[in-house]
Amino acid sequence: MDAFFLQVLNGLDKGGAYALIALGLTLVFGTLGVVNFAHGALFMIGAFCAVTFRKIITLQQVALSETELSPWGTPLEIHTPYAQMWFGDFGKVLIDYSVPFSLLLAIPVMLFIGIAMERGLIKHFYKRPHAEQILVTFGLAIVLQEIVKTFFGANPNPQPIPQAFQGAADLGVLVGMAQHTITYPIWRLVYLLFSLGVIAAVFAFLRFTTFGLVVRAGMNDRETVSMLGINIDKRFTIMFGIAAIVAGLAGVMYTPILPPDYTLGMDFLVLSFIVVVVGGMGSLPGAVLAGFTLGVVQSLASMTVVKDIIPGIDQIIIYLVAVIILLVRPRGLFGKRGVMEN
Amino acid sequence: MFNISKKDAITFLLFSIVVLTMPIWLAPLGASYPGLLQKFAIYALLAVGYNILFGLTGYLSFGHAAFLGVGSYAAVWSFKLLSMNPVLALVFAMVFSGIFALAIGFVSLRRSGIYFSILTLAFAQMSYKLAYSVLSPITHGENGLQLTLQDPRAIDLMFIERGSSLPVSSFFGIPMNGYAGFYFCAIILLIGFFIAQKITSSPFGMMLKGIKSNEDRMNYTGFNTKPYMLTAFVISGMYAGIAGGLLSITDPLAGAERMQWTASGELVLMTILGGVGTLVGPVIGAWIIKYFENIFSAWNESVLHGFFSFLPDNIESFVVLISSKFVGEGWHLTLGLMFVLVVVFLPGGIMEGVRRISAMFKKNNDAEKEVIDPDNIPKSTSGKGE
Repeated sequence: MDAFFLQVLNGLDKGGAYALIALGLTLVFGTLGVVNFAHGALFMIGAFCAVTFRKIITLQQVALSETELSPWGTPLEIHTPYAQMWFGDFGKVLIDYSVPFSLLLAIPVMLFIGIAMERGLIKHFYKRPHAEQILVTFGLAIVLQEIVKTFFGANPNPQPIPQAFQGAADLGVLVGMAQHTITYPIWRLVYLLFSLGVIAAVFAFLRFTTFGLVVRAGMNDRETVSMLGINIDKRFTIMFGIAAIVAGLAGVMYTPILPPDYTLGMDFLVLSFIVVVVGGMGSLPGAVLAGFTLGVVQSLASMTVVKDIIPGIDQIIIYLVAVIILLVRPRGLFGKRGVMEN
Repeated sequence: MFNISKKDAITFLLFSIVVLTMPIWLAPLGASYPGLLQKFAIYALLAVGYNILFGLTGYLSFGHAAFLGVGSYAAVWSFKLLSMNPVLALVFAMVFSGIFALAIGFVSLRRSGIYFSILTLAFAQMSYKLAYSVLSPITHGENGLQLTLQDPRAIDLMFIERGSSLPVSSFFGIPMNGYAGFYFCAIILLIGFFIAQKITSSPFGMMLKGIKSNEDRMNYTGFNTKPYMLTAFVISGMYAGIAGGLLSITDPLAGAERMQWTASGELVLMTILGGVGTLVGPVIGAWIIKYFENIFSAWNESVLHGFFSFLPDNIESFVVLISSKFVGEGWHLTLGLMFVLVVVFLPGGIMEGVRRISAMFKKNNDAEKEVIDPDNIPKSTSGKGE
């Protein structure tokens, strides 16, 4: 039973990442009607925002100690991060919490990249066939990957978890079980809560703001909205930026869990596409629900009990579920009729 | 069976000449060594086959790498169990990939559009993951399937003694490595190209094109499009299987990474880059990508220094610094940029570029008819040339 709970938690956690990426993909598809294969690359760029932030914040002054000697007999080098010299204790906090703080860097950067991408390239592809949209964004994803590789190399860049969130939380105690029955890394719980928060924020933004109202109206009937004198294109561009931010934030917070390298985006891309299609193209609740469901299903399938019955099921379960859902419910869980069928 | 239109015959003739003389004209480009030439021929065949599905019917499959993998495994198993004869291996590769394509196609073709793409992608990824994990008794997982000295090779051992070294696939005594291997692949490519030409110009091919332009209308006029689609899918899968078989024939080592979705993605890139729906386009796309992957990626700074040595020193080192990001390790960047540019400006791929340029020349010729140009008077000499 504990193993089951643990796997559900694991799945929700993984599902959080899937759901965030799929949510961004669906936002772009629902508003602009563009299939964005570069969305995984945005996730990856978000992750590298965290890497960059940490690199900047940990720039060090190196001084030679006058009294102490290193084991080799040379004067000992003392490394002091500039942040610590300038800001004192706040600098220490800044270094410790570099991952959460880099969210602040990621938001403007991702907004800028998203809007630049939309204005620079993707806007020319609204009227082109979906296949060409897929191809151009795929090419763009390769370019972005390679640019990141030029600057950061091909090796993974591990990021530390802030001190306060290291270790595992004993969740079993909270519900009255014996100690150490269900322990779970705290950072993963943080990630789960964070992804739920971001999802809630996106939905609230669309539901309760005037801007969101207009965007939703535009998703339903773009022409009528623009006839009412609203510059819907501009708002959709901003939505693209927001989708990029969502992907970027998901990437930033994921760095302590999986050290990012430049292929991170491609790894997540295929899965998140499957999530989107299973949820139904263009349906935001579908994307979120499918993200969490597939995450949990995948985790449950990797339990040894299940693997003993059907060997290898953990490797293929996501694809299997996707195939079954597409055959039984042609448009995914919440898809609308006539979307992307030709 | 062999009657084809005059235009097709000329295309085929020119294509054969280009392919068979590849060792000569690729020499100045530094790509004339057998290993790469074989790859050129094999991936060209793969792209020609993919184009039968994607080019003619417009169904974007993201799962063709699976057929390539199945073909490779089938060929290596035929080496291991029966004989080192490449023809037998190809037959096996074709049959197994055909059956595999039939099964996947039967399910995937129930949906169209992106749903079809995702279904094929899902099946290919499943095959890849299974080949890595549970099916490793058949695929030998990460190590890849290789020949060993203890293989049964039932047919071969009836005639010859077991050697002390690993056998090489041989076509009645001609070993299938080096240039002989290339010519074997090239001949298969030519046969495949010819069949693709026949399919394109046949009523069946017209049907597929009809499906591409409007499947609903085809259905309304009373055609059941499903069997046609399935046939196209299986044929295209068989091409991929044969290409996989050829990969195993030239180098008998089959690994699961051939089935990964990025391999399918590369195939799509090749087809688009060259020109979807044309016969020659995908071949050119395949050659360009393989050339980049093998030759361009080996360029390094010293090559660039040699290349830009005519420039003044300061400028030279700057130019080399910039351009070194695009070659060698960074060749993917060049590929990605080229790809984006092609999709943006030439949606029809390189073949559309060729068409536009030749159209421009034609216009020029028309304009020059007014002004008498001694080089252009006889109409017969102004043609496309090669």
